[in-house]
Amino acid sequence: MRKWQIVQRFLPILTVMLLLAGCGAPELSALDPSGVVAEKQLSLIILSLAIMVFVFLVVIVIFTYVLIRYRAKPGQEDEIPEQVEGNHKLEIIWTVIPILLLIVLAIPTVMTTFTLAEEAPEEGDAMRVEVVANQYWWEFRYPDHGIVTAQELHIPTGEKVYVTLDSNDVIHSFWVPAIAGKMDNNPGLTNNFWLQADQAMTYDGRCTELCGPSHALMNFKVVAQEPDEFESWVESMQNFEDVAEEEVESEAVALGREVYATNCISCHAIDSTQEGGIGPNLAGFGDREFFAGLFMKPSDDPESANEELKSWIREPYKYKPDNNMPEFPESQISDEELDALVEYLHSLTLE
Amino acid sequence: MSQAKKYTGVMDWLTTVDHKKIGILYLVAGAFFFLLGGIEAMLIRFQLMFPMNDLIGGEAYNQILTMHGTTMIFLAAMPILFGFMNVIIPLQIGARDVAYPFVNALGFWLFLAGGIILNVSWFMGGAPDAGWTAYVPLSTDFSGSGVDFYVLGLQVSGIGTLIGGINFLVTIINMRAPGMTFMRMPLFTWSSFIASGLILFAFPALTVGLALLMFDRVFGTAFFDPGLGGNVILWQHIFWIFGHPEVYILILPAFGIISEVIATFSRKRLFGYTAMVFATLLIGFLGFMVWVHHMFTVGLGPVANAIFAVLTMAIAVPTGIKIFNWLFTMWGGQIRFNTASLFAIGFIPTFVMGGVTGVMLSVPPADYQYHDTYFVVAHFHYVIVGGLAFGLFAAAFYWWPKIFGRMLSERLGKWTFWTFFFGFHFTFFPQHFLGLLGMPRRYFTYMPGQGLELGNMISTIGAIGMAVGSFLFIWNIIVSHRKGAEQAPADPWDGRTLEWSISSPPPEYNFKQSPLVRGIDTLWLEKMAGNKNVTPAEPLSDIHMPSPTIVPLFMSIGLFIAGLSLALRNWLPDVFQNAGIEASATTVVYVGAGVGIGITLICMLIRSLYDDHGYHIHVDELEDDGDKGVKA
Repeated sequence: MRKWQIVQRFLPILTVMLLLAGCGAPELSALDPSGVVAEKQLSLIILSLAIMVFVFLVVIVIFTYVLIRYRAKPGQEDEIPEQVEGNHKLEIIWTVIPILLLIVLAIPTVMTTFTLAEEAPEEGDAMRVEVVANQYWWEFRYPDHGIVTAQELHIPTGEKVYVTLDSNDVIHSFWVPAIAGKMDNNPGLTNNFWLQADQAMTYDGRCTELCGPSHALMNFKVVAQEPDEFESWVESMQNFEDVAEEEVESEAVALGREVYATNCISCHAIDSTQEGGIGPNLAGFGDREFFAGLFMKPSDDPESANEELKSWIREPYKYKPDNNMPEFPESQISDEELDALVEYLHSLTLE
Repeated sequence: MSQAKKYTGVMDWLTTVDHKKIGILYLVAGAFFFLLGGIEAMLIRFQLMFPMNDLIGGEAYNQILTMHGTTMIFLAAMPILFGFMNVIIPLQIGARDVAYPFVNALGFWLFLAGGIILNVSWFMGGAPDAGWTAYVPLSTDFSGSGVDFYVLGLQVSGIGTLIGGINFLVTIINMRAPGMTFMRMPLFTWSSFIASGLILFAFPALTVGLALLMFDRVFGTAFFDPGLGGNVILWQHIFWIFGHPEVYILILPAFGIISEVIATFSRKRLFGYTAMVFATLLIGFLGFMVWVHHMFTVGLGPVANAIFAVLTMAIAVPTGIKIFNWLFTMWGGQIRFNTASLFAIGFIPTFVMGGVTGVMLSVPPADYQYHDTYFVVAHFHYVIVGGLAFGLFAAAFYWWPKIFGRMLSERLGKWTFWTFFFGFHFTFFPQHFLGLLGMPRRYFTYMPGQGLELGNMISTIGAIGMAVGSFLFIWNIIVSHRKGAEQAPADPWDGRTLEWSISSPPPEYNFKQSPLVRGIDTLWLEKMAGNKNVTPAEPLSDIHMPSPTIVPLFMSIGLFIAGLSLALRNWLPDVFQNAGIEASATTVVYVGAGVGIGITLICMLIRSLYDDHGYHIHVDELEDDGDKGVKA
């Protein structure tokens, strides 16, 4: 193999590498961290990558040299290469140097492992969140604030958030690449870890432990807000109330409220303090960016989002196989009622 | 007693206890399952070619990904390795067969029975869908009837693997030719020996785990049920105490293959033989010490994570020793580039890439990002395809003439190498980045606009390259086995080890006379001393051979019936109900299980009571292979 062939072989790979590194989505990419945890993780990724690229290059240089220098040449048939048994000095060199490199890697590894395992302080006003995973949605509880939400985790920026992880059915895993690594939600065992977001924006979260047919659709959002905005969100969640009957202005919302009470309320609480529902708590649904872990609500095209919401209610199984929400055919909720229901859901906003 | 029982045609294959024929059976069955697993892989790649693609839904996708992993590990990689080990180990140590030819046949038929149980699940209520790792409680209370086939199929084929491993251990300890000391054994035999030791200790863990899983599923026990005091993490420990050594069971023999091929095609003895042997032993030993690195995100705490991180890093040291010894084997040699050596040479940078990402994964805080993403998928495919599959291709092209007596086409072979090599890197290199950009593994779909489209598209195109390479290989086999194709000589590669001292394919008794081994690379030493062949260690005499027998096949059929019956317990009641059959499906299941186990027990009884002393091949029946100067 000649040198240019080697270059040729790695050129496309290099190109791909550069291309891909350039186009990660900031709300999802572990390569674009925006919090101290993800930053520590990325720096370890880069340290280990640097050491490993060095090792790889050493191998490649020797490899290339050997392949060029010692390829069989015509006329060599009668020469027998020297049958070298080995070389103690070389064996020691390529044992000791890797050990030294690994020590360089092992020390920050062990240190960071312990740093990231820090548990919430017993006292004081640490920010705590309980994450409970379900097939295929997430419930977020704020024990110190007495509120519950689902699918969209709100956290304040620039502050350590201590998270406990639990599951109601199978093993799930909680991952927000841009601000923290992942940890498993194990049924019957509680896990703790912490994360921190430095930038106020909405991050994408994923379930990363195979949990059933809709594993790929068990997405969530982490909404990081400036501390004062977060406080006001907490406050409006605490004060969230369903539209009182006498205050309902639109007839459609009144009808939707009835439809909801008949069909939905047994699974989907709209009381922002009620935890452990069969389905996601819908308090503040009108303000959520996406629903079912799957559909976005683009603000510029509310009509199509409404159509998606309606067909989701009609046939949830079609979009998220194996999920627990029953179908609501026309015999159960008429088209008119469905329109009203959607109207009502949009009215569930935080004031 | 000297009467040879001769079968021909299909019966010959069903009753054979000849290690070379059993090896070929393993290779054929393994290749078949490799194609099945490959089709599953292509379906996965086509589904992920575009965001929000609806080629395959979430339910079918989980079945396909589970069967892809399970098939490739247990039904393709292991049996193909076992095929080469079966044929080559006895030849390399100068033996006439393995220690237990009957057990050898039984091991093969059990593996095949298990493989069939697993794959008929497609037609009987759906394939297993909880991943090849079958994490509880997804695999107990939250999955379909497919997992029953997983549990019982793997249980049956696992027995086959376990007894196969024990057989290799005994063979290598007891059957070596005079003068073949442990430190003169070829590296492939050495690494297979160590891998067999790992099988001996790792597979019982799988057996126990599967038994507990079966008890939870079938008999309502609660080993893994947190609601009743069980523990879901227990399964992960048991699975990975098996599962991590399993990786080394696969890769160590591949290391052995690479060592043989590189030495032969460099025309040099292996550099640092002793270091290579001890590095292999060390990797095998450490392989049992690192299972928790699959569980860094489980929440076992920083102490456990830190200890297992450092232990995992330690494996890089003996692995590095091997890499550098291969490089220095080539150093100063005369490297020939044919297909076998291309695969072995391509193995080195590819496997190094898989190895270094392994070290990266051993860093727990970084692993919190990598874990269960496409980064991990890329890593283990670099190890298992870039390492093991390249090794298996090298072995196929290297030993094909010895096993089948035909030469494979070099021209087609090189096409196979280049398409497979490029296809492989295009498929898996972008996946490192997909993982870091936020794509978890085992996702049947992903959203547009998140930077994941390009990597997935390249990956799918690369997979097509690998498929083309595989089909070129099949085409090569067909072309090379046409009538009138070139017959392979005994020693086509200027080989160094004992298998090249006898005809291709070898006669059923392998060595007319046990060879006398005078050092590492016996054949090479004799060639250098000017001898045409190896010095015999015994006079020419009658050769004692084991009789062919159908009993192993029937033993396996018994366990097949039992396993399949039990696997049907969730699906059959539905079928009966739909068809309006009154009979109790549960009764059918248990009667089937009883009948199956009965057949196996009766076969064991027959085997125990009926003495078969084998037969002898007389001196005058031995092939005259034209060698001179070896008559003792």
